[in-house]
Order: sequence, then C-alpha cells, then structure tokens
Amino acid sequence: MIRRPDNMIVDVVVRLMVPAIQIFAFYVIFHGHYSPGGGFQGGALLAGSILLQRVALGTERSQLSFPVRYGLPFGIIGVFIFAGTGLFALIMGGQYLQYDAMPFGLTPVWLRNTGILLVELGVAFAVMGVLVSIYDSLACSSDEEGGRC
Amino acid sequence: MRTFGVVLIVITGLVLLYAGLGLPQFGDPHAPAAEHVSDHYIKHAYHDDHTPNIVTVMIADYRSFDTLGETIVVFAAGLACYLLLRGEPRRRKRADEEDQTA
Amino acid sequence: MREDLILIFYLLAILAAIVALNVKDLLAAAVVLSLFSFLAALLYIVLGAVDVGFNEAVLGAGVTGVLFVVTIFNTHRRSRD
Repeated sequence: MIRRPDNMIVDVVVRLMVPAIQIFAFYVIFHGHYSPGGGFQGGALLAGSILLQRVALGTERSQLSFPVRYGLPFGIIGVFIFAGTGLFALIMGGQYLQYDAMPFGLTPVWLRNTGILLVELGVAFAVMGVLVSIYDSLACSSDEEGGRC
Repeated sequence: MRTFGVVLIVITGLVLLYAGLGLPQFGDPHAPAAEHVSDHYIKHAYHDDHTPNIVTVMIADYRSFDTLGETIVVFAAGLACYLLLRGEPRRRKRADEEDQTA
Repeated sequence: MREDLILIFYLLAILAAIVALNVKDLLAAAVVLSLFSFLAALLYIVLGAVDVGFNEAVLGAGVTGVLFVVTIFNTHRRSRD
C-alpha cells in the first residue's frame, strides 16, 4: 500500500487531469469505429487514469473512486460481455460471434456494427479491471495485513 | 566468456542484417503478406460493417475469435497476479491459526 | 522526410535502450524504458500503424512504467550488477 503526504499541487493537478483522461478514454472506446482506437486502448487509458489516482493520492484516498475489490470483477464482467455476445448470437441461430444473427431489428450491416461496439466495450472493461488489479496486487504484496487493501 | 558473448552477439546481428536484405521493401504492394487476404478486407470492410476504420473491423469482426483469446489471456494474467501476490498470505495466516488452535 | 524521421526515432530508441541497460539507479532505468516505449510508439505512428502506436504509448509508456515503479518501491532501488 502506498501512502503519501498531502501535497496540494499534486492533488489539484490530478483532480483536473483525471476527468479529462476518462472522457478521452470513453471517446476512444465509442469512436473506435471511425478513428484510431478501440476497446484495448480505451480500457488502458481508463486504467491509466485510475493508476494516476492510486500513485498520486495514495491507496486510501483513491478507494473513493475505484475500490480495490472491484478490480478483478470488472475483468470478469468484461470477458462475460465478450463471450456473452458470441453466445447470444449462437443461441439466436447463428454461429458463435456471428453478429448479424442477433435479433435487434436492424439490417445485418448495422447489426455487425453494433456487435463490434459490444465487443469493444467488453475488451475495455476487461483491460481496465485487470490492469488496476495487477497494480493493486503489486502494491499490496508487501503489506503485512495480507491482502486487506 | 565476455568476449565470446560479444562475438556471438555480433555474428547474430550480422546474420539478422543479412536475412533482412531478403525482406520486401517498405510499402511494397506485392509483398507476400499483402497478396492473399488483405485485398478482400480492404474491398469489403466498409460494406460489411459501415465502419471506416479497417483495423477495428479486423480485430472485432473478422478476427473476433483472436480478440476473445487475447482478452482471456489478459484476464488470466490478472488472475495469476492476484493468486500469486494476494492469495498466499491469507492462506498462510489461516494455516497459522489452525496450528494455534490445534 | 519520413525516412529521416524513421532514422531519428530508431537511433534515439537504441540510445534510450542502451542508457536503460547501463544506468545503476533502477528508478531512472524504468523512466528511460518508458522513454524507449514512447519512441517506439512514435516509430509505429510514422510507419503508419496508428492503432499499434496508440497501444504502445498508453500501455508501454504509461501503465508499464507505473508497474515498474511500484515493483521497485517494494524491492531494492539499486542494481547490483
């Protein structure tokens, strides 16, 4: 666990930067169809914003925005979104991950477009949760209380 | 031993440079990697998905099984870190408590 | 123009890698390794692979550096060899 003495400049700069990074991360995820980017990059940006809070504000105070216990569950949710999209298409009569078999009432081309968006969201959740979880594992491994943080 | 290592590295570098002479030129449209399936992707990507970014269509639609495996690998890495670094002390503490009660 | 940029980035990346190998302070080595990742990302972008460059810039230069710093704070800061 990392503890830091309070420093007003670091506090204010981090508070100004983190929302901007997170907005840009969501832009990268949802605009991945039209510009460079996608789920992996957006998820890594989200994880980077949370790691910035962890490093600059210390583990205690950064619990307010993203608790340690949420890290790995977010990864599980992401993998489930990805695999669930494929399984949904499989149940609805297509093949695994064949997006145009999903019954959303769109033309097949737009169904594939939506499928890409769902898959990118899953990848983003998984990458964000896993990267934050790896950081927490490394930072907590020297802790005497044994995985409390 | 150190000179032997330096000689080995130099020889390996020379062999790699010599092998690099056989690679296709940068941006060569007739390179082996650009001959078989890239044409199909470039021609059909926009009509299949209405998505201008061909890379997104590749990784999330044409090669989505690949991306699924990649996501599972990332998740497995996080799970391994969790089990190695955070799972062990609890179990050790529980074993200590069982020793004390016994 | 682009060939010049490619050459500059290659040489700077090699220089950063050599510095990261030779420096004794591991924290400085982690920072220089982030610099190497950033130069590699610029190289990818100049070569036309913008998605890969984005990935390298975010993961290699950002997250990996943070992970190295945390690991160094949990172990020893000086290199022994």
